[in-house]
This record gives sequence, structure tokens and C-alpha cells, in this order.
Amino acid sequence: MQYEVVVGLEVHVQLLTKSKIFCGCANKFNPDNPNTQTCPVCLGLPGSLPVLNAEAFRLSCITAMALNCEIARFTKWDRKQYYYPDLPKGYQISQYDLPFSEHGWIEAQVEDGPVRKIRILRAHLEEDAGKNIHDESGRGGDSKVDLNRAGTPLLEIVSQPDIRSAAEAKACLEELHLLLTFLGVSDCNMQEGSLRCDANVNLHIQTESGDKVATPIVEIKNLNTFRGVEAAIEVEVKRQLEEFKKTGRKLGDPGVEKETRGWDAERNTTFAQRGKEEAADYRYFPDPDLVPVVVSEEQLTEWRTFVCESPSRRRRRFQEAGLSAYDAEVIVNQGREFADYYERVADAIGDAKQAANWATQDVLRTLNDKQQTIDDFALSSDVLAALLKRIVDGDITVKSGRELFAALIEEADDGQAAAASRIDELIEERGLKVVNDTGALDAAIDAALAESPQAVEDFRNGKQQAVGAVIGKVMKSLKGADPKQVRERIIEKLSG
Amino acid sequence: MDWIGRSVSEMASALQQGEVTAQALAEEHLSHIEACEPKVRSFLEVFREQALTAAEAVDRKRAAGEKLGPLAGVPVAIKDNICVKGEIASCSSKMLENFRSPYNSHVTERLLDAGAVLVGRTNMDEFAMGSSCESSAFFPTSNPWDLDRTPGGSSGGSAAAVAAGFAPIAIGSDTGGSIRQPASFCGVVGLKPTYGRVSRFGLIAFASSLDQIGPIATDVCGAALTLDAIAGHDGRDSTSAKEPVPSFSDALDQPLAGLRVGVVAEHDNDGLDDEVRQAVAKSVDAYRKLGAEIVNIDLPNAQYGVAVYYVLAPSEASSNLARYDGVHYGYRAEAENGPHSMIEMYEHSRGQGFGDEVKRRIMLGTYALSSGVYAAYYKKALEVRRLIRDDFTKAFESVDFVLSPTSPTPPFKIGEMIDNPLALYLNDLFTIGANLAGLPAISLPCGKTSSGLPIGVQLIAPAFEEARLLRASRMLEQEIGWDGELAGCVSQLAGD
Ligand SMILES: [Zn+2]
Repeated sequence: MQYEVVVGLEVHVQLLTKSKIFCGCANKFNPDNPNTQTCPVCLGLPGSLPVLNAEAFRLSCITAMALNCEIARFTKWDRKQYYYPDLPKGYQISQYDLPFSEHGWIEAQVEDGPVRKIRILRAHLEEDAGKNIHDESGRGGDSKVDLNRAGTPLLEIVSQPDIRSAAEAKACLEELHLLLTFLGVSDCNMQEGSLRCDANVNLHIQTESGDKVATPIVEIKNLNTFRGVEAAIEVEVKRQLEEFKKTGRKLGDPGVEKETRGWDAERNTTFAQRGKEEAADYRYFPDPDLVPVVVSEEQLTEWRTFVCESPSRRRRRFQEAGLSAYDAEVIVNQGREFADYYERVADAIGDAKQAANWATQDVLRTLNDKQQTIDDFALSSDVLAALLKRIVDGDITVKSGRELFAALIEEADDGQAAAASRIDELIEERGLKVVNDTGALDAAIDAALAESPQAVEDFRNGKQQAVGAVIGKVMKSLKGADPKQVRERIIEKLSG
Repeated sequence: MDWIGRSVSEMASALQQGEVTAQALAEEHLSHIEACEPKVRSFLEVFREQALTAAEAVDRKRAAGEKLGPLAGVPVAIKDNICVKGEIASCSSKMLENFRSPYNSHVTERLLDAGAVLVGRTNMDEFAMGSSCESSAFFPTSNPWDLDRTPGGSSGGSAAAVAAGFAPIAIGSDTGGSIRQPASFCGVVGLKPTYGRVSRFGLIAFASSLDQIGPIATDVCGAALTLDAIAGHDGRDSTSAKEPVPSFSDALDQPLAGLRVGVVAEHDNDGLDDEVRQAVAKSVDAYRKLGAEIVNIDLPNAQYGVAVYYVLAPSEASSNLARYDGVHYGYRAEAENGPHSMIEMYEHSRGQGFGDEVKRRIMLGTYALSSGVYAAYYKKALEVRRLIRDDFTKAFESVDFVLSPTSPTPPFKIGEMIDNPLALYLNDLFTIGANLAGLPAISLPCGKTSSGLPIGVQLIAPAFEEARLLRASRMLEQEIGWDGELAGCVSQLAGD
């Protein structure tokens, strides 16, 4: 049976503002001290009123612009009404029919496949709910509610059903994650719930009679890891296929409504969550406590300056500068700071490939070993650039460069901050300067030959490899020498 | 009884001149309350100790020569839907019977800054839903002029307290006439300011787009002095206006020249009580005598006001009252047979915590916002609301004020309307328009029925024209000569 997988994502992003969206409480993840970051407004006490945090709206607009969305010049707030203990007002302040942004797109690429544009239907701003905490001991203790999270600014990004595979859904979410971190609008900590994903999944099946039919749409809730998104969709695709084979039920059949399923990562299965009989009427209506937001041309212009180059555009530019697709991807996917670091080094030395080799190998390896981010890295981009410049200029060999790199890091570990000036000192101390002076080379070779009568004897008796010991001696005294050149000179001398 | 029933300005100047101390004034009022409150039942709680402490502080500051606010030492009663830090704010509902507010409303802060001495929280219709104080979950309040009759509502406790001489000022809130109608019933002055003129922060919401806090006072000057204290922008209420705030009391005694007073022919319909008609006609004559031009105007959509109001107000209320769910604060039903489920807890808490009128309106509003009928009710009502507003805008091109009865009837008997909610709703006919259009409106005593019940006349002004509205009111007050009538009510009450 031939079929096409159709997926749309709904992603909730907690924005990195100092205070909550409608009150002055701190916006911090703080589950250990429940209900300490609260006030009458986010507790929903009688008489309290919301006031929009302009910074939350600004970050939302910057994000939407980076997602190529149009920003509405007029937007309003609506109440989404339902009862749940983590929702202290009995409604969530959200946006219904006039979201602040619509019609964008993001690029996603699965391994070596084509780069595909996934359209964004809309992005709107709302308040997060609190958290219900249930007694998990099974002893039937009271459930508790922590409202520290209530009122956290939450950006909901809804894609069109343009995604065609589980892997593409994962790639799309990863790309979004990367973009958000590039923009610095969210910490995107998935464990702490700063980035949460729901997936709408169904199949377009080509039946034997040649008809194309769609299976009922299922929303899988709370996919909070990249791997989870991919795995859940894979499993759900199989389940829908089996279900269709069994029942033939399709989208649009009487009684068929959107189903909500949860994801059980341990059992690797999705499970039914809410039946259609509980399908909610949220009774949305405009929140009379808040005034609509009118966005000016000046604001749009100002915000646009905060929109950085998207990761996909940056990868493309790096490739145009001569990097392989692989290197460009590795560098950009490390995050904005790393890509910026690389780019500063590349610009300074005028050799993108050399900079990329070092960034993707030596720098990344060191960061991994030391469990560091680029911000904590011992060598600033200036220092690395100064070092690589010596290589590019032919002052030192790549091998010497590695030695210097290691030496600088070691010194930094010992508390001596790495500085560009230290590079020349180290080259001097360690004699790493490439030796172009044949007089010095000859002297060193002659001295080495004089110290190694046995090797000379062996060579003359036809043992070519005996020359290795002599090369070693020369290289030890003249580190900047080119081993190939040394070898040639020795053979020349002994054969002469 | 030196000071009971006297005006705010008399008390304030006597306090400033040292003719009376704040403590003496507070004690006199408290003992008058003690003697007469059992007949009127205007208070849910008298702040005896707090009032004496506050009064003592005022006297101490005055003795020390500290700067004092314009209401320093003046007793003020406050409606039970306005939050006072540390005090209960129950909205006359079982739901909030034990809810103690941890914060002050904006108005409370302003009153305390002005030096007001809060003497108690006043009874009201439950959650301000009603026109007679009979929907209070605790007890009905009596009209001081005739104890068998209602003081009106929903700010009935506040109006009755002023008429009874328990305080020269009381704070009320007005959603569809809840300040003006009880003021009219109790022979006192009640002002509903322009929507946004007084911050709603800390006012327990009934219908957010219509609610407005305002003063009830013995005379126009008292209303002006109170508005001076409570008006002005507050960043904690997004709908609070940034309009400049003039002094409302300064120019109060300067008559306005060239007044054009609008009267509406349709207002004179079958539902209008004869004695009310005659009293209001006298007010029109009085203005004519004062040199005003009387202009017949048309408010073609005013007839839909009650219908529009009873869609919009319950819709907003159904949402505003969703937070009273028994989870976080307020009334929670006890489980009857073993632990109840979350849904049962919600149902029982709300079922037992709210009275019939509140439930009726929650159901009306929930229905009007439901997805199938939203366009036919809520959206349509919003459209007609705009037409009603436009009618006023047009009318104010040719007149300065619109004059009408405040209520179509004099105060009715307690219990008389209790089984006829629709008739009670129609009692709001003249007052609702100002709420729907967001306009300032005042009710002034303008005469009495043959049996001695007070009758009120209403003036509606363009937005933010409270200063002119109060001046025009002062002109009428002087012309009619209501002075002394209130003293009659107070002494009759004390003598009974
Ligand atoms: Zn808060």
C-alpha cells in the first residue's frame, strides 16, 4: 500500500524575558520552591488585572520575523476558557482569530536530502499554565499545584502540514531549535519544558482502486525530545496504517474527529488521551482587560535589526565561501556563538578552509573533552586567528601549530590566559619557526651525522631506514625544519 | 449627632480648622452605626478598631504638622467588591465569604493616601449582579427612607450607608447603573465616571468592559472631592485612561453658561412612574430657568440597550467568575460520600458557592459565548453596542448633557420583584446606555414621591467631561434645594 506521511508541528516556546507576560513576577524555572514566583495577577486573585510585558511581545515579533512571518499591525488578546487546576483564572490569555503573525516558513533538511521549505501557518503569544503535581507514591495523597510557571510568556508556532516524514519532523524541530538559540529568545531547554512540541499526523493513502484517502488526524502531545518526535511519528504512522487496514476509517467519515494521543517513550507507543465526547468548546472571546496592540512602522524597523541570519542561510553562505556542506553544517549546528567564532577566525586569516578544519577538529575536540562551550574556550578567536595566521603565512608547520595550540591550552589550564603575544614566544622557545636557512640546516645535519657513526655506516651498507634516526636528531634540535627537506639533504650528503 | 448626615466638605473643613478631631468624628459615626445599622443592614462588616486607629493616626499627624490629604479624617464606606489589604472582600457571595485580600485596590490606596478613614465594607448584590441588594448571599439591605423598601443595587449598601448618615461618602461600582440607581433610591448623589477614569485594579470584576468605580456622596461636592482623590491613570489597569485629570472640586460652584440639555422623547414610555415623570420634568424646568436650552434628541438604538447589556455583561461575567472553582481560594464543597473527583469538586463548589442570580447570568453568558451562537449573540451585541455609542456621539454634537430619570420607578419593596428578574432587568433601562458607551453619568436627588420616597434624575456627559458634568449637577442641586432632606431621613431613622 502506497502512502504519504503528512505532519504538522505545534511548538510552544517559553520566551527568555526577565518577568512574566502579564505581571512583574520573575520568569525563572524554579520547581524546588513552588509558588514563590507569584503575585495576585498570576495567581488569578479576585480584582487583579493583566498588563502586557512589552519585551515578551518584542521577542515574539523578532522570532516571527526570523521565521519569515508577516507581523500584523493590529493584534488582540483572547480568553481560551477551560477548567483545570493549573489554570487559576479558568481561562488562558491567548490569541485566537487575529494572531500577531502569520504566513512564514522554515527550512528543513534530512541528511543529504533536499532542503525543503516548511510553511508556518501562524505564531501567536500566550501565557503558560502552572503545573499540577500528583502524588506518585500510589498512596492517594493530595495533588498540588505550582504556579511559578503560570504566566510565563509562551510563543506558539504552528506549521502547515508540509512535513513528509518522521525524520523531517525531527529535522524541522532541530532547525527551529537552532534558530531560536541563534536569536537568543529562548533557552530552549527541553528538559525544563522551555521548548515543547505536539505533532499532527495522518497518512494520505493510495488505495488499490487508485483513490487517495486520508486517515483521521491524530495530535500527539508533549513530544519533548528530538528523538521522541521522530520515534512517536514513526510509531504513529505504523499504527494508523494498521488501523486503516483493519477499519478503513478515513478523515471526513461521520463520527471521525481529531484524536489526541500521548507518547510513551519507554514503551515506544502512542496512547489515546481524550475522547471526542470531551471535545472542548473554548468559548474564545476578546479579553476585555487588555487593549489591542498596534504595531508601528518604527517598531518593525527597530525589531528587524535584531533578526539575525538564519542557520540555513548561514550554512549556504559558508558553502559559498568554500566549505563543504558537512563542515558548514557542523559549524552552524554548534550554535550562533560557535559560528560567530569560526567566522571571526576565518575572516582574520583569510582562509575559510583552514579555519573550518581547526574549528571542526581541534576546537570542537577540546570543547568536548573539557565539556565546555565556545564562550568558555581558552583561546579567543583573536588568539586562534594569530596562531593560524602563522601557518597560513608559512612561518610554522601545521604540526607545530597543533603543538602550540596544545601548549596554549595547557598554559591556560595552569592559569595563564592565552594571548596572541605568547605565540611568538612559544615559537621562539620551542624553535618551531620553519627553517629556510640552509646554513643552519646543514650545520645541524653535520652535527647529527657526527653523533651517529653507526647510522651512517648502516646507510652506506644499504640500510635506507637508518637515516630515520638522523632525521630525528635534526628535528629535535631544529623543530621548525621541514622533515622532508631534512631527509633529502641527509641522503644527498651521504650519497655525495 | 453634631456631624451625622453632614457633607464631606463641612467635615473636611471642620477637621482642618480643628473644630473636630478625626477620632471624635469616627466615634460619632461608629456609635450612630451601632444604633441604627441593625435597621438598615448596610454593612457586611464595620471596621471599628481599624477606623479608630486610622483616625487617631490622622489626628497625630495633624498635631505634628504633617501634610495631610484632602479627605484626612473623613469616614468612608467601601463596597465589598473592592480589595482592602488584610480585609475580607466577599462580593456578598458565599464563594468569597472568607477571602481576605492580600493587596489593596488602586482606589483603596488613593483613599488611604487622601487620609480617608474606612469605616466598613458595604453589602451589595452578589458579585454586583442585581438592582436591589436582595441577591446578597447574607441579607438584604433596607432603604433608610423606608425600611420595607430596597435601597437599590448593586451598590445598595453603599448608598444606604450614605443616606443613613453612616459615612458622608461611600465607594460603589457601576456596571449597568449600580451606583446611580441606588443613589436615586436613597436620595444621594452617585457618579459613574468615564470608563477608564478610575483604575479597576483591585475591583473584583463583574463585566470588565462595563465596570467602573465611583463615589456615592451626600452632595455633588462630596462626589467631586472623592473623584479628585480616586481618578487618574494607573499602569496596573491596561484600560486605565491617560487623559489629564483636572480638579473636579475647584470650579464646582461656577455655573456653566449656554447649556444645552438633551431630553429623549422615547424615555417617556408606559413603564415610567408618574411621580418620577413629574419630578424629572421639574429638573428640566429648573435647567430652563437657569438659562439652559432644552433640546429634543434621538437615541434610536437606546431601546436595544437592555438586550445588549444582558448578553455582554453575562458573557464577560461567565468568564470573570470562572476563577472561583474551589481550587485556589474561596469556597470549596466538602466531598459527601468519599473523595470526589476533580469535576465533582468544581461542580459542587460552584453549585453551592454561587447564588441563583449569579448562576443565571453565568449560564446566559456561557451560552452566548458558545461556538454555535457566538456570532448571533455576543458578536451581534458588540455591533449594537457600537451603534449605541455612535448615537451618543451624534447627540453630543447638539447637546452638552443628556437628561433622563435614573430609574423608571421609585424604590420598590423588598421581595416585590424577587420572582421577576426580567422586570428587574428593565429597571436598568436608563442607566445602561452610559456603561455601554463608556460615558460619565450622575444621579442626583430631584424630588420625592407623595409618600416621601426619593427620586433621582440622571445626567450623561461626553467622555472625560466629569468636571462640566459636576458643575451642571451643582447648578441643579442648588436650584432644587435638596439640602436638609437627607438630615430629615437621618433623624427619622435615629428616632424610629
Ligand atoms: Zn505574578
